[in-house]
Amino acid sequence: MKQVTLTINGKSVKTSPRSTILIAARSAGFRIPTLCYHPRLASVGSCRVCVVEIQGRGNLAASCVTPVADGMVVRTDSERVVAARRLVVELLLAGGEHNCSLCAASGDCELQNLAYELGIEKLDFPVEAPGYPRDTSNAMIERDLNKCVLCGRCVRACNEVQVNEVIDIGYRGARAKIVTAFDRNYGDSDCVFCGECVSVCPTGALREKAARFKGRPWEFQKTRTTCVYCGTGCQLDVNVRDGRVVKVTSDFRHGPPNYGSLCAKGRFAYDFIHHPDRLTTPLIKEDDEFREATWDEAMDLVVLGLSAIRNQEGPDAIGVLASARCTNEENYLLQKFTRACLGTNNIDHCARL
Amino acid sequence: MTNSISDLEHSEVILVTGSNTTEMHPVISSALKRAVRKRGAELILVDPRKIRLQRYASAWLRPKPGTDVAWINGLLHVILRDGLQNDTFIRDRTQGFEEMAELVKRYTPAHVEEITGIPAADIERAGRLYGRAKKASIVYAMGITQHTTGTDNVKSLANLAMLCGNIGIAGGGVNPLRGQNNVQGACDMGALPNVYSGYQQVGDAAVRERMALFWNVPQLPKVPGKTLTEITAGVLSGQVKAMYIVGENPMLSDPDLRHLKGALRNLHFLVVQDIFMTETAAMADVVLPAASFAEKDGTFTNTERRIQRVRKAIDPIGDCRADWSIIADLSTRLGFPMSYGSPEAIMDEIARVTPSYGGVSYRRIEGVGVQWPCPTPEHPGTPILHKESFTRGKGVFHAIDFEPPPEVPDAEYPLYLSTGRVLYHWHTGSMTRRSAGMSERVNRCEMEISAHDAAKLGLENGQEALVSSRRGQIAVTVTVSEKAVRGTVFIPFHFAEAAVNELTHGLRDPVAKIPGIKVCAVKVEPAPVSESR
Ligand code: SF4
Ligand code: SF4
Ligand code: SF4
Repeated sequence: MKQVTLTINGKSVKTSPRSTILIAARSAGFRIPTLCYHPRLASVGSCRVCVVEIQGRGNLAASCVTPVADGMVVRTDSERVVAARRLVVELLLAGGEHNCSLCAASGDCELQNLAYELGIEKLDFPVEAPGYPRDTSNAMIERDLNKCVLCGRCVRACNEVQVNEVIDIGYRGARAKIVTAFDRNYGDSDCVFCGECVSVCPTGALREKAARFKGRPWEFQKTRTTCVYCGTGCQLDVNVRDGRVVKVTSDFRHGPPNYGSLCAKGRFAYDFIHHPDRLTTPLIKEDDEFREATWDEAMDLVVLGLSAIRNQEGPDAIGVLASARCTNEENYLLQKFTRACLGTNNIDHCARL
Repeated sequence: MTNSISDLEHSEVILVTGSNTTEMHPVISSALKRAVRKRGAELILVDPRKIRLQRYASAWLRPKPGTDVAWINGLLHVILRDGLQNDTFIRDRTQGFEEMAELVKRYTPAHVEEITGIPAADIERAGRLYGRAKKASIVYAMGITQHTTGTDNVKSLANLAMLCGNIGIAGGGVNPLRGQNNVQGACDMGALPNVYSGYQQVGDAAVRERMALFWNVPQLPKVPGKTLTEITAGVLSGQVKAMYIVGENPMLSDPDLRHLKGALRNLHFLVVQDIFMTETAAMADVVLPAASFAEKDGTFTNTERRIQRVRKAIDPIGDCRADWSIIADLSTRLGFPMSYGSPEAIMDEIARVTPSYGGVSYRRIEGVGVQWPCPTPEHPGTPILHKESFTRGKGVFHAIDFEPPPEVPDAEYPLYLSTGRVLYHWHTGSMTRRSAGMSERVNRCEMEISAHDAAKLGLENGQEALVSSRRGQIAVTVTVSEKAVRGTVFIPFHFAEAAVNELTHGLRDPVAKIPGIKVCAVKVEPAPVSESR
């Protein structure tokens, strides 16, 4: 396809005619801040943080939805542009309850970053938070719409990406609010707790409830791994602080198979890992009761038990059950052990179920 | 899956059957829903229950349980009658067409309606929808395989895909969704009685010799081993005396539980390795504490054959050890030394002995994994199977007649029972039932029943009921649901206190040995007041 040439901040930039100003500017190395824009979602250009000045046009244009054109002359950082952005962000800050020190999003919040980037030290407007009650209706997602900037990212994530069709922008004008059907709490709604909305929310309005007060975003060590539940094999990030799993997130940049989407199990059913019921030591049954044992004791007993039966009854008197929950490496070793060490092909697993 | 998950978004028509995708594979269901909402794909849903996907379906067929072969033959009939088949594909890529075509002549929509209860007009419509699409995908899960005729069901779906040339093309394929994270990998790795890794036959002398050489043992056992059912039978008959069970809880997942419980009691020696004291572990002589997925390195292979990394995020809890290290230690102590420094070293060995994993290494799969077959390090992997040819040359059509399920409702047990999963729980529940979020959503065994049946039986929403089959009885909570179809109740199998597999039968598909736990006959009655809480 023929490329178009435009001028951004005095620099000549070549790009595809299907590109937006935002994409063209970013790939040319210019920073344009955004808020309602998210690369995984359709752009709507509603927050007006990404505005730029286009020569010959009266109004500032939302760069995330404005297509490039040949010969276009764009400024991303003029005084007028910066003033417009400041106004938008100041109004957002004044329209909500943004007490960063207590907010779980602090350090991982696009609104906070914008305020900082634009150097907003004090607001020219009185703060008037809407005073919504916090939605603590369930164990997974905490919703504080006093921190909501109505960017609509959650709505698009729920409807376009997961297609769960649970939330929408409700009411009108100044009373606009993100709502479920009949404006119920998440816990009483049709929400299926996939958490897609949480993953795209730029502020502290939607957060993982169990992770609150468990550490600051920058303290979390993320390890990418594969979900342990269904066969989709979603890629996820286990967030750890001080040796404990605090939450599970994902990232659309991980690519296939899930492009950052998860379901309730993958995102929220990680607490079994540190559950007090976890077995933490080998157990040996004596007189119908288990007693704790050392690994050496337990392994000696297993060796004794298995070899006695193998020697007396032959290897085919032993059956081995592998697990669809274990890794490939473990399943491979287990069948090798069964065949080469025990000397039987009696190995199967519950995969048929 | 013959194709990839993302490929579903390129299909014109998607036929989903035996898969409550939004609950069992939620992220895949999103791809299906996007295909419908964003790309205008048409969804044919074949499921007796009014599951969530129904909202997205252009055609919804509600067959009686256990009649899958019949409706699939009905679709084949319509496609052939209307000349919608792909003659080139049939000529060049398949064999056995004539016999199949002859057999399905009998499956007129009217006849199929008699067997399945699906209106003939709907069979017509679904057949034409699928038949006219340039690329159509078939998606199925345990609702198709967990029948005594599971193998026939799967072959019938393959007939359908081949008939329209929907094999080896983007947006097509026959796509089973695996229920557990690494079922695919466990099979690939040879955790099966008859094959080594990569489905290399134990019964093939040349393969056996090669494996013996690789593993440095003088010889390997010749006879294929016993399947889980056969092991259970072996325990009861006294042939099998010891079991080593790693990470499984057959005490809850296996049909005809009582049978199995008796068998495990009969064992002289039982070793169970798991992360929790499961119902099965409780019966063991020795329990070995294993590390969870967050505590170890390795790989899982997903339902689209993508081999992906599992990475250690935290140290093992307490004295737990990763399964691979326990197995290697045990083997060494039993006189067959295994010394692997890490799971990566095991994968390197897997690649050497497994043709389809030949090109796999941790470095290679660091980013987005790779879909097998991937025979060499240079190979790009295989997102779509059977592009030019089938593994065994030609695709074979099978002429398959409908056979009624072995147990159907009668006067004493007048309802069908169908079993499955719910969104918030997984398998035997050992992990999800210990999760605060999941158990807040669902924490008791709820039986779905239609308003009609509930009224007839005098059952109310939230009431306790007793469900019994010829094999056992359990207590459940009644949920009158519009998902349920008249004549069938649905019970999930995650709950130890109401283990639905006390009711199901152990009758298995003769080939795949998958138990037919999807369908059996039960009766439901209100629980006596003293038993209700
Ligand atoms: S958790 Fe998922 S279903 Fe619920 S509102 Fe958020 S995106 Fe929608
Ligand atoms: S809840 Fe978050 S994502 Fe949704 S509109 Fe408000 S700020 Fe945006
Ligand atoms: S996050 Fe959900 S859909 Fe994805 S693999 Fe895990 S259980 Fe399956």
